[in-house]
Amino acid sequence: MANTTGKELQAKQKSEVAAPAEQIRPGAVFVPAVDIFESEKEIVLLADLPGVKSEDLMIDLRDNVLTLSGDIAPFEGADETDIFIEYEVGKYHRQFTLSEAINQEKIDARMENGVLRLSLPKSEKVLPKKITVKAG
Amino acid sequence: MFIPRGLFYPTTGFGNAFEELERMRRDMDRLVEGFGGRSLSLPTAGVFPLVNLTEDKDGYYVRAELPGVKSDELDISVTANTLSITGERKLTDEGKEVRYHRREREAGSFSRIISLPGEVNADQVEASLKDGMLTIRIPKAEAAKPKQITVK
Repeated sequence: MANTTGKELQAKQKSEVAAPAEQIRPGAVFVPAVDIFESEKEIVLLADLPGVKSEDLMIDLRDNVLTLSGDIAPFEGADETDIFIEYEVGKYHRQFTLSEAINQEKIDARMENGVLRLSLPKSEKVLPKKITVKAG
Repeated sequence: MFIPRGLFYPTTGFGNAFEELERMRRDMDRLVEGFGGRSLSLPTAGVFPLVNLTEDKDGYYVRAELPGVKSDELDISVTANTLSITGERKLTDEGKEVRYHRREREAGSFSRIISLPGEVNADQVEASLKDGMLTIRIPKAEAAKPKQITVK
């Protein structure tokens, strides 16, 4: 796929989590935009998490449920006043159910410029096997 | 007086009457919703990237969320009272062998101009891009800073 399509980006409001698990701390919770794709050997998830530092990101995989949850530290100075506000800042939360078995030991997560890249290698037993049909 | 966030959105000067009406409608929506607390349908200029503009006594702060944009793909320029942000967001090429389950992230170019409420010192603008968050600090021009006046 070409990655420079020449099109212009459209302004989009972040979407809020419809029914978040009950929060102890108040504040908005947003759904991060993700790309998920798979190759023969792995499933890769890319998530836009602007403002989340790598130490504030929690990734959890258990019982085939993958949970991403990112915290945002406040970054506005205390004596700043708003002139105009077009987006809200808040936590990120999203869950996925994985249908494939994942090799837990080889999971790799990297944060770069606010984008998470999570590689989930498939475990050996679910790698596709070529089946040859023998001529009878 | 209680003023909801983002209610008095500055006009850019080249809006038409329809946009003005639309803005007023959104402002009314916000007034109604505003008393219940935070509203999600913030009024925006509809241009990527969405920005938050704040000020303190020394300067203006423009912040935008630009995940995946590198600093060399971003071009920021400031005049006496406008700020322009242009750039391009590229996504990494994953090759032809992959199959997608979800594809929500978008690539593309963007350009935006923001009118600042007062005169600024264009020589001392600082911009930083960290964890996908762009922060631009624009010092106010001396003439635009509030002056403390002592009553004798």
